[in-house]
Amino acid sequence: MVAVSFYFQVHQPYRLHRGFDFFAIGSGRNYEDDQQNQDILRKVAEKCYLPTNELMKKLIKRYGSDFRVAYCISGTALDQFKTHAPEVITSFQELAETGCVEFLAESYYHSLAFLFSKTEFVKQVQQHKKLIKDLFGKTPKVFRYTELIYNNDLAAQVESMGFKGILAEGVERYLDWRSPNYVYQPVNCDKIALLLKNYRLSDDIAFRFSNQGWSEWPLTAEKYASWLHRLEKDADVINLFMDYETFGEHQWSDSGIFAFLEHLPEQILSNKNFAFKTPSEVIRSCKPVGRVDVPEFTSWADTERDTSAWLGNHIQDAAAHQLYAMEKKVLSTKDEGLIEAWRKLQSSDHFYYMCIKWLSDGEVHRYFNPYHTPYEAFICFSNAMNELDRAIDKYLSLRKADATEQKRKRRRKKEVAVGSRNIAAVPAPPLSASSLDK
Amino acid sequence: MKVLMFGWEYPPLITGGLGTACYGLSQSLSRLVEKVTFVLPRIKGTVDGGILDIVDASDFELPPGRESYDEQVEVVTIQSRLRPYLTHDEYQRELGKAIKTRQTKRRESGGLSFSGDYDDDLQREVYRYAEVAGDIARLDDYDVIHAHDWMTFPAGIKAKQILKKPLVVHVHALEYDRAGDSVHQGIVEIEKQGMQQADKVIAVSERTRDLIVRKYGIDASKVEIIHNGVLPLLNHHQKRRAKPFDEKLVVFLGRVTMQKGPEFFLEAAYQVYRKMKNVRFVMAGHGDLLPSMIMKMAQMKLTDRFHFTGFVGEEKRNQLLSMADLFVLTSISEPFGITPLEALQHDVPVIVSKQSGVAEVLRHTIKVDFWDVRKISDAIINILQSEALTKQLVEGGRLDLEAISWEKGAQKVVNLYREIV
Repeated sequence: MVAVSFYFQVHQPYRLHRGFDFFAIGSGRNYEDDQQNQDILRKVAEKCYLPTNELMKKLIKRYGSDFRVAYCISGTALDQFKTHAPEVITSFQELAETGCVEFLAESYYHSLAFLFSKTEFVKQVQQHKKLIKDLFGKTPKVFRYTELIYNNDLAAQVESMGFKGILAEGVERYLDWRSPNYVYQPVNCDKIALLLKNYRLSDDIAFRFSNQGWSEWPLTAEKYASWLHRLEKDADVINLFMDYETFGEHQWSDSGIFAFLEHLPEQILSNKNFAFKTPSEVIRSCKPVGRVDVPEFTSWADTERDTSAWLGNHIQDAAAHQLYAMEKKVLSTKDEGLIEAWRKLQSSDHFYYMCIKWLSDGEVHRYFNPYHTPYEAFICFSNAMNELDRAIDKYLSLRKADATEQKRKRRRKKEVAVGSRNIAAVPAPPLSASSLDK
Repeated sequence: MKVLMFGWEYPPLITGGLGTACYGLSQSLSRLVEKVTFVLPRIKGTVDGGILDIVDASDFELPPGRESYDEQVEVVTIQSRLRPYLTHDEYQRELGKAIKTRQTKRRESGGLSFSGDYDDDLQREVYRYAEVAGDIARLDDYDVIHAHDWMTFPAGIKAKQILKKPLVVHVHALEYDRAGDSVHQGIVEIEKQGMQQADKVIAVSERTRDLIVRKYGIDASKVEIIHNGVLPLLNHHQKRRAKPFDEKLVVFLGRVTMQKGPEFFLEAAYQVYRKMKNVRFVMAGHGDLLPSMIMKMAQMKLTDRFHFTGFVGEEKRNQLLSMADLFVLTSISEPFGITPLEALQHDVPVIVSKQSGVAEVLRHTIKVDFWDVRKISDAIINILQSEALTKQLVEGGRLDLEAISWEKGAQKVVNLYREIV
């Protein structure tokens, strides 16, 4: 039996206002672009989330429990749905109620925190887990990190947090001759299972579907299913991981992507040896066939499939360095608003916009980039970060002043108390010339 | 006396000191003569923020044709792709972009192929401007022609031939200032032609006159030095404004190009920040070196103290100067340099490079070699840490400002006209 495991990523960052320039630092003005965020959320909800969810519900109804998928929805996306498109949440809740959908855990802010602060990472994962439980009624058992970032250390960390599985990109430089179409175990772990993305088959849908220059265009559900069926003897599981925005947003509706999705289950299930499973079900039914050693970070981004989309050039490194250096200070405020603002700046997207690899992945970066240049992205981010930094300093100095004031009041009270006792005991001394001088 | 002036830019469309200078001069001049007509290429749609493209295009809206921005000076615009501060290479790039946009548009609107509306050569463009300028010259019986910098020199020569009236060429900057030693010979040749054909040459500083004599072989007696002035602050421009942060603010304001020496400012900022923490730096302006400056700053890990603004318009420019505690000009070769004077108007002490013309008119100011990062950072620290020194420099700056005005400059220009008319 071969399992087909779909997992869709849903994420939206809080985009920053391009007009937040140096002169706005200190103004206390909002550096997020509320209007743009609302517009994008509404647009993507209408083009992708709502119609695709409807289609998923329809398919689940049609095939009963034979059709199953998994989602990972970032906290920043869910929070923005609450504000701008609450019907998207309702729609995901309806999907959750079917019992055919699994929700995965990630870092609430879709951040790179694991690379800078493990304690911060743990907090963000716990926060996300709780949100998913609250909204969809189930505690996530499987973890996947921002843009499928992965290495041995992360696996060990996630295992220690009680997760049963972790998702990663099937990167050849670590798999070598081995196939991504089996369940593995991280080299340094005993319990957690490793699920690897089949990036060729995933990207056929996510990136190439509407590319008319592609030799396989147009891609039909029948053709695609036949490629999966060819793997019948060579696979336990085919992991198809992609952005949910593939449907209707990256691949527009007129490309036929919805019709493709609608017909795909039928085509895949036409071979009785194939079944849809969620990551947790895959882990339960397939035994790990070996151990994979991934000492350096991998991810699903760009052709490098490492972290170079977010980190590595000077502006990215300097921005991340300054942001994470603020951790102790911002946490010391214990102010929820400031801490959340700091965490929202951690969304990996902000660093992605500063990428200067303009070669093969330049087009993708440009597509997802609200800024004209990475330098502008950096300046905008830097202004926002410095505004937050200033706000934290201001908060702390006010609190300090407040504490001093309180202390002084207490001392004065005490003095008055002590003084009055003294007055009761001995008469006040007459004012001397020297005391007047003071 | 009627004056026909050829220029590149004019408020509200300015990208640098040239527009400010042309405005100041023509305004003051118009009170001393019968009429000033100011001709400039219409640059709508061709101005952008360069590499850091964060300028709102609507800032640059300029209606086509004849347009008067004030009572005294008649402003005439000509359709052209000329831009101030454009180097030959930049022009070629811009042209490529323009042709591409053009082609796309044509294709969208019915499949016509590009027919070559734009000349592929900057020099030819300059001469095309001259052709149109010749027609404008016939509009009135002008007594004198006044051309600002090389792009307008052929226009000036053309007008001189048609009107048979004397020509004054005004040198605000030379190719040797803009390009260092890798000059474009075609541009140098146009500059030379203009100065040779002119009846008088105005240089904005002694150092500019030296260059004119030394590099272009122009007779020194033909070259008059008339320093730029500065227009008084407008009423709605606050002199000082409170900063939203406590740190001292050190400002670089100018195009981020080789000529302005931005890397020396950045290096100095790094040195200063190692010694004192209570300071922030701003590099305001755009230009081809901006990406590398941003990278270098990030590498120095100054992100919490060093800020970039990209291009700043008039309003933000004034805001910045009104918040500044110190202004630094690090130009490698600055024929004049009007911004330090604007800083002084806001009671901001200035440090200027010895390689600038403005250093000739500022007596009460700290002057440094642009490359002497140690001296620059030392001066920055001293000024920021000494209230007495700051006060002294500001008061001295006021005295210097009093001696500089466009009225005086314009009077000198009129005297020069009288010599040749």
